[in-house]
Amino acid sequence: MMARSGNHPSYWAFLGHRLSGLALAVFLPVHFLFLGLALDGAAAMDAALAFTDQPLVKVAEWGLVMLLALHFFFGLRVLALEFLPWRDGSGLRASWIVYGAGGALAIGAVFLFGVF
Amino acid sequence: MQDMTEQETMLEVAIWRGGADGRFVTYEVPLRANQTVLDVVTEVQRRHEPALAYRFACRVGVCGSCAMTVNGAPKWTCRTHVKQVAATGKITIEPLRNLPRIKDLATDMTGFFEKWDRAGGRFRGSATRHDEPARVDPASRQRQYADAGIECINCAVCYAACEVVAWDDAYYGPAALNRAWTLVNDERHAATKQTLADASDRGGCGNCHSQGSCVRHCPIGLNPTRSIAGLKRMSLLQFVGMGR
Repeated sequence: MMARSGNHPSYWAFLGHRLSGLALAVFLPVHFLFLGLALDGAAAMDAALAFTDQPLVKVAEWGLVMLLALHFFFGLRVLALEFLPWRDGSGLRASWIVYGAGGALAIGAVFLFGVF
Repeated sequence: MQDMTEQETMLEVAIWRGGADGRFVTYEVPLRANQTVLDVVTEVQRRHEPALAYRFACRVGVCGSCAMTVNGAPKWTCRTHVKQVAATGKITIEPLRNLPRIKDLATDMTGFFEKWDRAGGRFRGSATRHDEPARVDPASRQRQYADAGIECINCAVCYAACEVVAWDDAYYGPAALNRAWTLVNDERHAATKQTLADASDRGGCGNCHSQGSCVRHCPIGLNPTRSIAGLKRMSLLQFVGMGR
């Protein structure tokens, strides 16, 4: 159970950033494995590309796009918190969490429109 | 009189008893119009459980010694009214998180203060009593940075709220690093570089994930995340040879 002290938007943004980063790190070896198939010739690569054309794989790709977008936007917020000057009222830049989550959803939607 | 007693609305209070392997014990105290959580703890000790251990001193939010975990969140019990936290007629009171439990609601704060020291919290002056007092411009950027964090009274609420402290025993925590930030911005401090080196050490500012629980829970509205971000920037500039 999440501690009450960590139950607030800035902590959720941390969780989003951390978990999306971990998930992407787990995906990266698979990504490199797929790219590496090109070294085995066109047939192997084409078979792999055919596999990625399946609807379920596309949905999984949408998940990856969302994770990447979320990680990017929440990472930008952390960079802003740590490197930009803190003006009065800028606080923990909670609005960036909303914009970041919204941006990730928008990018996810664009991806879905592109493939379906 | 008997009828009046029976009509009293009672508050159910679950209080941690014992050390690390203790348990919650539930007490009932009358709900009053103007009642702080510290009043409740005192009433339990005076009327139900004389052996109940807890700390307090000023009762008015100055000393910082009565901080406890109230319904899962760290708070000054003297400045927390029961009506703010007991919507269901029940409250849970535990010792502060991230600190060893001595007995009941009292924690061992030795580690907290040792970290304060390790993070470079001690002021070192260069002037003597024969020198004129330093003239510090209150409008200077450095002084404003220092002033923003200087009111910390080390109640350890931020330390208890911090998830990173919960994961990593070595992390100095928000209060200690906030102190270091006020020192590196104090132009009278003679050991700025050493303080920055201490605050950037293994348990230092680099561990902070900017989760902001310290900001959210600080009873006097300080912003330790901002102070730690300042230390991170300063430490990076120092690393690339652009430090002051």
